[in-house]
Amino acid sequence: MIGFLQRLGATTIGVNERLGRGSLFLWHVLGGFPGLLPRFQLVIQQMYSVGVLSLLIIAVAGLFVGMVLALQGYNTLVDFGATESLGVMVALSLVRELGPVVAGLLFAGRAGSALTAEIGLMKATEQLSAMEMMAVDPLHRIVAPRFLAGILSMPLLAAIFSAVAIIGGHLVGVELLGVDEGAFWSQMQAKVDLYDDIANGVIKSIVFGFVITWIAVFEGYDAVPTSEGVSRATTNTVVHGSLAVLGLDFILTALMFD
Amino acid sequence: MYSKTVQVWVGIFVMAGMASLLMLSMKVSNISAFTETDGYEVTANFANIGGLKVRSPVSMAGVVIGRVAKIGFDRESYEAVVTIKIQNQYDNIPEDASVSIFTAGLLGEQYIDMEAGGAEEFLRQGSELQLTQSAIVLEQIIGQFIVSQADE
Repeated sequence: MIGFLQRLGATTIGVNERLGRGSLFLWHVLGGFPGLLPRFQLVIQQMYSVGVLSLLIIAVAGLFVGMVLALQGYNTLVDFGATESLGVMVALSLVRELGPVVAGLLFAGRAGSALTAEIGLMKATEQLSAMEMMAVDPLHRIVAPRFLAGILSMPLLAAIFSAVAIIGGHLVGVELLGVDEGAFWSQMQAKVDLYDDIANGVIKSIVFGFVITWIAVFEGYDAVPTSEGVSRATTNTVVHGSLAVLGLDFILTALMFD
Repeated sequence: MYSKTVQVWVGIFVMAGMASLLMLSMKVSNISAFTETDGYEVTANFANIGGLKVRSPVSMAGVVIGRVAKIGFDRESYEAVVTIKIQNQYDNIPEDASVSIFTAGLLGEQYIDMEAGGAEEFLRQGSELQLTQSAIVLEQIIGQFIVSQADE
């Protein structure tokens, strides 16, 4: 009994400590953002590895998600003779939910894991300690550019995902299944709201980008500096990042679309 | 500093992201409904507006000429007051035009259909439409149908 209580207490304290470290870490990194402005090259360099290198998987995934949505939606809607609503269905589900969420999951797997592994390895090979020895703050020089690049890239990736997916839905729905093209677009334009749907989707993707990148850089920075520790931190990033996206998505949806 | 290719690629990435956002807002969303703000407003009283909503289309001969701008309630007559905003280019609608609330398809969205009358005067800002026909509530019709069946 005592042993159980002790384990419970130790876990609670451990989780609390980690949350506290994570928050202080976030505070410190955010403090490094103003210093990035004169050295924006650092951020651009990171946007290449975080954003550009994720483009292919995002675009391909988006295309196929859109095509499958159109195919499945058509099969359901055709029973009701409402295939003209296919465009609305595809666009709303993408802009509101699937765009930010699936792009977020892919982002956590593709970019988040890479960030954690990179920073974790820097720590394991004592590059971060070496920087501190040279009075260079690794949080400002290494972590802050990556963090900012993640926050900037994620909304762009989510927008590309949604746009490509809608084109995919158009390909399957209009070109393949023969839904009327005019109805596809006009119903979409009539029902999708600029503020309620698109702006909220963008806000979602910014929040996801923030949280995923935070988890990724913190896991890397907080990793046990061994090869095993880095591998565990990378796994944690993908698992926690994905769970955070799904959980936050529910909360944000409940707040936005009541 | 850093290689030029990296910068070019990031530029392409940002451009693609912006272009996607632009496409989403221009081609997918209803941004056009926000731009056509120029118009004049007329009001109409209805006994029942059914499922009519703000920004529902107002059409004449099937062409959308305006949108519902506001829906209010008249405390005296217990009627719904619908404010309709008609685009400025349609400035020759006779004053005695009649408006009815129809449903697009059997279960579709509700919209206002306007039919021209024969008056010499045209609708202006603040005009009130007299000839209105309320929304058809499906439950009432089903109820009437059942009653009429029972009578036979």
